[in-house]
Amino acid sequence: MKISKLKKNFVLKNGTVLDPFNETEAKADIHVQDGTIKQIGKFPVPKNSEVLDCKNLFITHGFFDPHVHFREPGEEDKEDLNSGSMAALAGGFTGVCTMPNTNPPIDSPESIRYIMSRSDECPINIYPIGAITKSQSGKELTEMGAMLSEGAIAFSDDGLPISDAKVMQNALEYSSMFDTPIINHAEDECLKANGVMHMGKVSTNLGLPSSPGITESNMVHRDLELAVHVGARLHVPHVSSLRSVDHLKSIKKKSSKISAEVTPHHLFFTDEDLVSYNTNFKVAPPIRSSKDRKALIAAVKNGTIDCIATDHAPHTIEEKEGTFDTAPFGMIGLETCFGAVNKVLVCDNKMNLLSFLKLLTSNPRRIMGIDQDLFKIGSSAEIAIFDSKASWNFTKDDIFSKSHNSPFVGKELKGKVVATIVKAHIASQE
Amino acid sequence: MKNKHLLGLKDYPGEDIQLIIDTAYKFKEVLNRPIKKVPSLKGKTIVNLFFENSTRTRISFELAQKRLSADTVNFSASSSSLKKGETFKDTVQNIESMKIDGVVMRHPTPGSPIHLTSHIDAVVINAGDGTHEHPTQGILDMMSLHEKFGSLKGLKVGIVGDVTHSRVALSNIYGLKTMGAEVTLCGPSTLIPRYAENLGVKVNYSVDEVIEWADALNVLRIQRERMQGGLLPSVREYRNLFGITEERLVSHKKEIVVMHPGPMNRGVEIDSAVADSDQAIILDQVLNGVASRMSILYLLLGGKLDEESN
Repeated sequence: MKISKLKKNFVLKNGTVLDPFNETEAKADIHVQDGTIKQIGKFPVPKNSEVLDCKNLFITHGFFDPHVHFREPGEEDKEDLNSGSMAALAGGFTGVCTMPNTNPPIDSPESIRYIMSRSDECPINIYPIGAITKSQSGKELTEMGAMLSEGAIAFSDDGLPISDAKVMQNALEYSSMFDTPIINHAEDECLKANGVMHMGKVSTNLGLPSSPGITESNMVHRDLELAVHVGARLHVPHVSSLRSVDHLKSIKKKSSKISAEVTPHHLFFTDEDLVSYNTNFKVAPPIRSSKDRKALIAAVKNGTIDCIATDHAPHTIEEKEGTFDTAPFGMIGLETCFGAVNKVLVCDNKMNLLSFLKLLTSNPRRIMGIDQDLFKIGSSAEIAIFDSKASWNFTKDDIFSKSHNSPFVGKELKGKVVATIVKAHIASQE
Repeated sequence: MKNKHLLGLKDYPGEDIQLIIDTAYKFKEVLNRPIKKVPSLKGKTIVNLFFENSTRTRISFELAQKRLSADTVNFSASSSSLKKGETFKDTVQNIESMKIDGVVMRHPTPGSPIHLTSHIDAVVINAGDGTHEHPTQGILDMMSLHEKFGSLKGLKVGIVGDVTHSRVALSNIYGLKTMGAEVTLCGPSTLIPRYAENLGVKVNYSVDEVIEWADALNVLRIQRERMQGGLLPSVREYRNLFGITEERLVSHKKEIVVMHPGPMNRGVEIDSAVADSDQAIILDQVLNGVASRMSILYLLLGGKLDEESN
């Protein structure tokens, strides 16, 4: 991947412009001047312009991931804000929301300020999610007001659920003052116990401790009830089970403040893939049955699930090389997201390309309260350029994260990001 | 033998199970000789890697190896460098570097023997991986049933007890199904996997009905920690509902073979009177365990049959 500063005048020529916010598709050129959108349409190329030929390529908004773990501060051996940004650029992402379960956790205005200042040095836009409770201990609320003024975008104790319903209610009530989303990692810890995979016929064969779909849906249901009761904004992360989808579907009719995300791996894999005991498949919540997977795909298509989130979770080889019980939960996902989800949704399940792109662009930005009209004249250019037809085999060389824990290695993906433009730079795949 | 390793009995070829059993009979004959040793694995080195405590399985393997004249090294987690923070991978690669031919491994994590095969070249024999499989126990149980009934086809076997936490149960189920036997699981619903019927077995919560139906019962050990885990209310309750008691067997007035993989909790899952009765083949299982393991080691580690006549 090559990153270079854009010339004063930069033109994307001969491509097809897909604008997910205004829902338009047109053969058009884009003129970027000093890193901002100058004009879109047909126009003579200005003198001294750098021109990128986008023949047979699509041009759309830079992707936005509402859920990544960049491990800074504290676990920079796995990832840091810079290396995470590189992985994001390779995947077409120009903005990400970082989860606060670092060491120490991002649970104070000072720590939000740290991430904000570090993100200025990074090649993409980083929006920190602050912790809901101090030290992510699930007890006392953080200073949400002060954290918001420092730049926090939402609140979550991700990795750990808010087990105490009263604390969850308080968090929703408190955050509703600011109309900021609360994101709760929904897994009932009692039901999960020592489960490392989905409970089903595969776990019976493998003899691995498992937890059923209700481990998630039970808590999702509680959170949805509380959010509606309080009138707060709730974003449900990494939905994995059929029952959670059912709950979301019925509650979303009652409240417009509920949203949900799904990961590429829950759309792509099923628990059958775990028969190899490959620890890269060990994620929380677990990859579930083909029935759950089908329900997730349907939920994305009918709008019950609003967006895609990678839950990019880097871990060292040493940790993942352990046995299935000792390996940590999580997989990386930024580099593979587009090719994997495009394959499942557009190629295999006939979703319309523009509707699919909303899941990666305008929908997650809407949920996080960020401007979604990226192709408005004068906007800072955040652009992803991709080849929708490219069929490619994902290898270790395609990984830009510091960590390599991806079960997509060796898998065939459909659709590839060719270049990403953000912060007046262009990152292009060789 | 189709497979290099013996990791589990799921999808393990029936012909190979039969070959192991048939060969085991020959070794059992050796075990009854005055000189109980053959040179079949002379010059072969086998490491017994025990990451979890085991008495009978380890002794059974060691004895089988010694009877076959293999050189053996024992490794147990408590005496090892694992306590010094060395990883599983380093431990096994170190051992592999010492040029060994086979590894017998017991490990608390399901799937760890599969993991092991990706790190080393030696033949791997699973001696129990957590709650997953214990294939050599499955084979010795099948050998014992085969010996008693002459065939496994159509045999009705009841497996009674804590199936969820039992590697013995899973290996028995896979092996017996492959060999054409019928299996019914019986035990408290909290200790039977929710999706057990996907394994091609029946589930029946009435031990009396299972006794009435079965030709043989394989009685599993009930661990007291299951009570602390809230899965069982009490020993008394378990014994009343599922215990293989003398009264229960007498009341059925039928011949039924009783097996137990050991170690037994006498008075909990099985009565002493039953365990010590003629119906029980528990001690035959122990001897067959050595014979089966000799057979497995011999077939996988490439001993030559003609050497035995020497």
